[in-house]
Amino acid sequence: MAMNYNAKDEVDGGPPCASGGTAKNRRPDNTAFKQQRLPAWQPILTAGTVLPTFFIIGLIFIPIGIGIFVTSNNIREIEIDYTGTDPSSPCNKCLSPDVTPCICTINFTLEQSFEGNVFMYYGLSNFYQNHRRYVKSRDDSQLNGDVSALLNPSKECEPYRRNEDKPIAPCGAIANSMFNDTLELFLIGNESHPTPIPLKKKGIAWWTDKNVKFRNPPGGESLEERFKDTTKPVNWVKPVYMLDSEPDNNGFINEDFIVWMRTAALPTFRKLYRLIERKSDLHPTLPAGRYYLNITYNYPVHSFDGRKRMILSTISWMGGKNPFLGIAYITIGSISFLLGVVLLVINHKYRNSSNTADITI
Amino acid sequence: TSCLPRASRTPRQARPRVRGGTTKYTLLSFLPKNLFEQFHRLANVYFVFIALLNFVPAVNAFQPGLALAPVLFILAVTAFKDLWEDYSRHRSDHEINHLGCLVFSREEKQYVNRFWKEIRVGDFVRLRCNEIIPADILLLSSSDPDGLCHIETANLDGETNLKRRQVVRGFSELVSEFNPLTFTSVIECEKPNNDLTRFHGCITHNNGKKAGLYKENLLLRGCTIRNTEAVVGIVIYAGHETKALLNNSGPRYKRSQLERQMNCDVLWCVLLLVCMSLFSAVGHGLWVWRYQEKRSLFDVPESDGTSLSPVTAAVYSFLTMIIVLQVLIPISLYVSIEIVKVCQVYFINQDMELYDEETDSQLQCRALNITEDLGQIQYIFSDKTGTLTENKMVFRRCTVSGIEYSHDANAQRLARYQEADSEEEEAVPRGGSLPQRGSIGSHQSIRIMHRSQSTKSHRRTGSRMLGRSLGHTLPSASIFLQEKDITPDPKLFEKVSECDRCLAIARHQEHPLAHLSPELSDVFDFFIALTICNTVVVTSPDQPRQKASSGPAPAIASNGYSSGAASWAPENTAKEQELELEQEQERELRYEAESPDEAALVYAARAYNCTLVDRLHDQVSVELPHLGRLTFELLHTLGFDSIRKRMSVVIRHPLTDEINVYTKGADSVVMDLLLPCSSGIQHQKKIRSKTQNYLNLYAVEGLRTLCIAKRVLSEEEYACWLQSHLEAESSLDNREELLFQSAIRLETNLHLLGATGIEDRLQDGVPETIAKLRQAGLQIWVLTGDKQETAINIAYACKLLDHDEEVITLNAESQVCSPLSAPEKNTDNVSVGFSPLCLPSTSTNSGPSPSLVIDGRSLAYALEKNLEDKFLFLAKQCRSVLCCRSTPLQKSMVVKLVRSKLKAMTLAIGDGANDVSMIQVADVGVGISGQEGMQAVMASDFAVPRFRYLERLLIVHGHWCYSRLANMVLYFFYKNTMFVGLLFWFQFYCGFSASAMIDQWYLIFFNLLFSSLPQLVTGVLDKDVPADVLLTEPQLYKSGQNMEEYRPRAFWLNMADAAFQSLVCFFIPYLAYYDSDTDMFTWGTPITAIALFTFLLHLGIETKTWVTSGFSILLFFTVALIYNASCATCYPPSNPYWTMQTLLGDPVFYLTCLIAPVAALLPRLFFKAMQGSLFPTQLQLGRQLAKMSPKTVTAPKETFAQGHLPEEPRTESSEKRSIRTSGSLSQDCTLQASWHVQQPACSPEARGEPNVVDMNLPLRENILLEGLSSQAPGPSMPREAILEGCPGDSKMKSTSTSRAAPLSSIFNLSNFSSFNWISPLSLVSGLGSVLQFSRSSLQMDKRDSEFLPSPPQPDQDLCGLSGQTTDYF
Repeated sequence: MAMNYNAKDEVDGGPPCASGGTAKNRRPDNTAFKQQRLPAWQPILTAGTVLPTFFIIGLIFIPIGIGIFVTSNNIREIEIDYTGTDPSSPCNKCLSPDVTPCICTINFTLEQSFEGNVFMYYGLSNFYQNHRRYVKSRDDSQLNGDVSALLNPSKECEPYRRNEDKPIAPCGAIANSMFNDTLELFLIGNESHPTPIPLKKKGIAWWTDKNVKFRNPPGGESLEERFKDTTKPVNWVKPVYMLDSEPDNNGFINEDFIVWMRTAALPTFRKLYRLIERKSDLHPTLPAGRYYLNITYNYPVHSFDGRKRMILSTISWMGGKNPFLGIAYITIGSISFLLGVVLLVINHKYRNSSNTADITI
Repeated sequence: TSCLPRASRTPRQARPRVRGGTTKYTLLSFLPKNLFEQFHRLANVYFVFIALLNFVPAVNAFQPGLALAPVLFILAVTAFKDLWEDYSRHRSDHEINHLGCLVFSREEKQYVNRFWKEIRVGDFVRLRCNEIIPADILLLSSSDPDGLCHIETANLDGETNLKRRQVVRGFSELVSEFNPLTFTSVIECEKPNNDLTRFHGCITHNNGKKAGLYKENLLLRGCTIRNTEAVVGIVIYAGHETKALLNNSGPRYKRSQLERQMNCDVLWCVLLLVCMSLFSAVGHGLWVWRYQEKRSLFDVPESDGTSLSPVTAAVYSFLTMIIVLQVLIPISLYVSIEIVKVCQVYFINQDMELYDEETDSQLQCRALNITEDLGQIQYIFSDKTGTLTENKMVFRRCTVSGIEYSHDANAQRLARYQEADSEEEEAVPRGGSLPQRGSIGSHQSIRIMHRSQSTKSHRRTGSRMLGRSLGHTLPSASIFLQEKDITPDPKLFEKVSECDRCLAIARHQEHPLAHLSPELSDVFDFFIALTICNTVVVTSPDQPRQKASSGPAPAIASNGYSSGAASWAPENTAKEQELELEQEQERELRYEAESPDEAALVYAARAYNCTLVDRLHDQVSVELPHLGRLTFELLHTLGFDSIRKRMSVVIRHPLTDEINVYTKGADSVVMDLLLPCSSGIQHQKKIRSKTQNYLNLYAVEGLRTLCIAKRVLSEEEYACWLQSHLEAESSLDNREELLFQSAIRLETNLHLLGATGIEDRLQDGVPETIAKLRQAGLQIWVLTGDKQETAINIAYACKLLDHDEEVITLNAESQVCSPLSAPEKNTDNVSVGFSPLCLPSTSTNSGPSPSLVIDGRSLAYALEKNLEDKFLFLAKQCRSVLCCRSTPLQKSMVVKLVRSKLKAMTLAIGDGANDVSMIQVADVGVGISGQEGMQAVMASDFAVPRFRYLERLLIVHGHWCYSRLANMVLYFFYKNTMFVGLLFWFQFYCGFSASAMIDQWYLIFFNLLFSSLPQLVTGVLDKDVPADVLLTEPQLYKSGQNMEEYRPRAFWLNMADAAFQSLVCFFIPYLAYYDSDTDMFTWGTPITAIALFTFLLHLGIETKTWVTSGFSILLFFTVALIYNASCATCYPPSNPYWTMQTLLGDPVFYLTCLIAPVAALLPRLFFKAMQGSLFPTQLQLGRQLAKMSPKTVTAPKETFAQGHLPEEPRTESSEKRSIRTSGSLSQDCTLQASWHVQQPACSPEARGEPNVVDMNLPLRENILLEGLSSQAPGPSMPREAILEGCPGDSKMKSTSTSRAAPLSSIFNLSNFSSFNWISPLSLVSGLGSVLQFSRSSLQMDKRDSEFLPSPPQPDQDLCGLSGQTTDYF
């Protein structure tokens, strides 16, 4: 080759425009990239090559599924519907809007004790928090304590933007429709005197929401002063600065409010309401026994066929109770395994008849 | 001033500049024009519409600015690409426009240098030798004493010979030099038009005389001045009005077929989108109706507090849905395709195997948007000269007086040449390696080398366009390298020298020729005929022709034979010195011939020291070593025409003073014109039969044969003939017919001298390339301006026609038909001519399909509206079609016809300006760079250095590009449908409110950023089948032709799979997060991630070569993390602050991300695996083959690597070897096998056909429908030839059978063809297992039948068509 190149150079070298003539050659570079010879794995999808994949998937998924399933089954969870549509329900009386405030009590029994931290949720069904116009109807700047936004909320909040010529704080339909039932849990126990279960209302929102996203407007001594030029949302009973007595859980940084503002993905959802913290390793957080739930019934869901629930749940490494994932893993794993067997059969038969896969010389 | 030329040609007084360009845009027009073009894409309009819709508050789904971003991005990328493309065009235009030229300046009263673009109509331009003409110029003055000027029109029509142009009458008489200041004439001429062959006008001199202007006076732009020192002319048409540019319609915005099909599917997507939107609109209406009155807490009333009516809500929802689901129409598809195409083009450009060492050029892609069309070509339209052939004619053999001179040394030398070429030793002086060629040879080669050097360096300077004078020497240099170097046959050389010596001694005697034996006299006459029976113009490369040269030569020249005898006194020493001097000069002589084979003959004669020295219009001078210079008075030249198929010169022999007629022509014609055998002597008869035998031999070898004959006329005969001839010449009507008759009267009773065999050198690898392309299912049509015989010859040589197949020739000779009656009359004739053709082809389905040869005139009729269907019907059945003598316009019409009527993908390849229109009309235009100017290249989409690169370009790159793009497009549709599916399923859970759980930024940039990259990489780099397998198995190309990868079925399957996958990917997270405390966008993010994983895994399944895809996932998570941390309050409504970070701490996120993609892709993987095992496609088999047996592939790979070097050894053995290894052998055998079977059927069929024709033929024999089975067909030959045609080619038969025999003994012949495609490869890998394998693949693969070497057209097609024909007739 070297000879040839020399010969070529000689040809190129002589003529008038010799300057750099030898260097300029249009011959493309012989690199793996330019000649499209990059090393690459070239799988060929045939029964023979693919079937290990199926078996591997099966072998991995089935144990995972069993693991999840077991974990999920170990999670204690109790769900109490207190919508009161059933006439026998104690909350049935609260369906009519006339009774205010309406308090109803629902008794229930925990068959097994709840160990560890217990989460108390309220659950809503048929509640379309993911409606497009609903989702948009908020002003994050206002919630972040921006003064200008506080006094002049975003147009997205319409029609819950201003009320009686005052800006609404917090504006928008999401805030306006905030869940406002109060739930209290009592352990009836052996004695006739019920013990109230201590419910922790802080720590239920995302840390970043509480500390970064949501902020009360600056200035002023008291919260009330900071919100002085605003008015409460139409549906609310109390203004935003009276949501809670504790100053670090009041106003926009009230955790119930923050939780509500995270619009649920699906029409059936639950939201964390309270935490029941484990007291000691020795005693279960919620021992088995009879409890009653005291509900201050404010939130009207009956009109649109909604449901309200209270959920108590322990948690595991993978969060709350989720039977589906375990089953799904087991199912997919099994299907994959089955398909693997089918492919094995096919491959076996095919192999016998043709030997394609074996032509290697 | 008064001397202004009043060029009152048209009412337009504006004088356009010469500036001409092929660019689409100017700086100003770029934006609007480009946008306009871009909005031709429906999708772009749609995207802009969507983006604008977003500005309507009631329906907006996204932030308006955000929605506009992708559209703008896409438009910008495309615009940038177009701009870049156009800029490169602009640069080359700029080069042309800034070529210099001497223009007369009235201010300075002299010629000054100006740029081409500054030349205007009415300017006087002075051109020198070898300059390119910048505009259409009327020739006013020439330095030539006769007022002549020679131009080379290669740039315009591809003809390399010189054309003569004449100074306008009235100016030619001027003795003094033309002075523009004194020019006062008025020129009138017709409006600019694109007819190169016509120009009419008149010039009125100031003395009131009028003179006509004809095309003989016009120098056309793009041509080159040759052999004339200087000319002066006035610019008639400039710039875009020049005929050259009018013939060159601007670049066309080409859209690939894939893109058209894709657009159709985009429309389907639109329909789907509308359906989905409509569905959710109705849903939303119902939902609103249901919840409206219920004081639902989540209901958001209008800003005025009222609620929307369900209907209004539905309408709004519909529009919003369209915006939300717009992703269904793959917005980034177009951008991605553009990007992929640019990258594909880059890789094609970078392919080393498409690099031509000789010309130092690689393939250029000039159109960036039709790469995938290369993979779908069905018809190739090829020019002949310069495309298939190198335009190099080499004298190979000759027969004189019945004795064959095989010129073995010559053949050996040629073979050695190629070897030498192959080793790239061009720089080593040829003389060294080839001692036989004396000093002349080495002298020449040095000069040639110098030329090619300068050409190369010139090319390197960047002037791709019409190189100046130097650029033109490149082709000539290479031509002459071949043509000039002829090693004489020693026996013949001896005889010639003997003649020469004898004649030199006997020259002063009464009858010098009588002293020679008849054989020697024949030899002498043969060489004289070779030398003078032509229209070759003698030139020296850079010196203009000068009549008045010093020395006694002019004396000879001026009065030929009378003073001739005196001036050749050999004893004159001064004379001898001069002779030597002249010989020195003569080495520099160049012969410019109308056809290259004329030149080849003249060079051949020169090798025998019989040198053509000079040719004037009335005399020819020949120089012999002993005799010295002989000057023949040229009495008449009966030029070559395709009807007579011969040419003759009438000369007065200087030695004998006799009037001789030398005729040179096709053997079929000349043989009939010989002295009748009965009257001839026995000797002549023997010569004749011997010669005929040798001619047949030559034809079999694929040589172009010519017969040389002579006739001696007595003075009376001549006078008699002259009178009638002059009458014929002067007659006004029927002139052509009379001239024809007159020629026949002259060219009879000829005495056969001998015959020659000339090889028109094919370009390297052309037959192999054609064979491969054929195997790949491509139909190859050759459209040439050349004469029929040449075309057929070449077709045989490049295996386009086979000797064992029938050839249908359509020649409609309309010479007698008046313009009015002609079409009708010939229409009938042609259609009659068509009728018998259907019979053989329908009756013998399995037989070799015929080939069609049609000439330009017939083509003109065939292309008429009422006949074109029949023509196509016929042509479609033919294995190959050869159109001869076709004009550039006809070429383009043929291409257009096939394109529009057969709905086929067409590719046109050519090298000359005459191919430009065809190149532009075809779906893909390919120009051959390097030869005959750059016009074809400028108009082409791809420019290749050689024809053979077409193979790799189509079979490898075309296939890859198509397969890559097809897969990418399908993938795009899949991806977007799947993604939109996710959103759509969500609507069922959000009250059809057009809400999206996926953050709008993800939604908009998902396609653009995250998921696009891997598929771009795949689209650029994926190789479904490696190059070597594609090359060994050209049949794989058919998958592109049949659109196997991207067809409606694939599209809908794809969509169904997408729907399924989206269901899985939606409902797994749905169920996993059902009744949980997750919020909407925290839930949407895993879905996005799942979608991404699914896409990538899906791509992994689809991709054949895994390169990378992890990057995309990384990108997504990085971007998501950054985005989610960037702003606490921005991006309403999702406000995704810290979402991703939280999710990453959630095990359920990982669990769903693992299961959902797997579950979604399981079925696809399973079915792919099943299909791969049970019903593998050809491509899959090819892929397996590449993987399973690396040895099988590497062996052919080497051969291919060799094959692609320009110097493949041509020796028999090596060719055989390469065939064996490359595996095309079995294809060969199959053909042979079928040929054997067909043989009995073949001859009666062939015999029968002409009979049918005869019955149909009108008496005047306007149509010659001949079965061509020997090389040069003639009116009387064909039948004879056919009779012996199929079985008669004993040589063919024996060679082929011997080759086929060992294989056919292994395989059962009847089975053989059915598994032809796989067996050739396995052949190498061991026969035992092969048989088993192939048979099983037969059982398994039903589609295998598509790949059988069945006749090109399916039977069904034939039946339908034959049914059609009965309607016709």
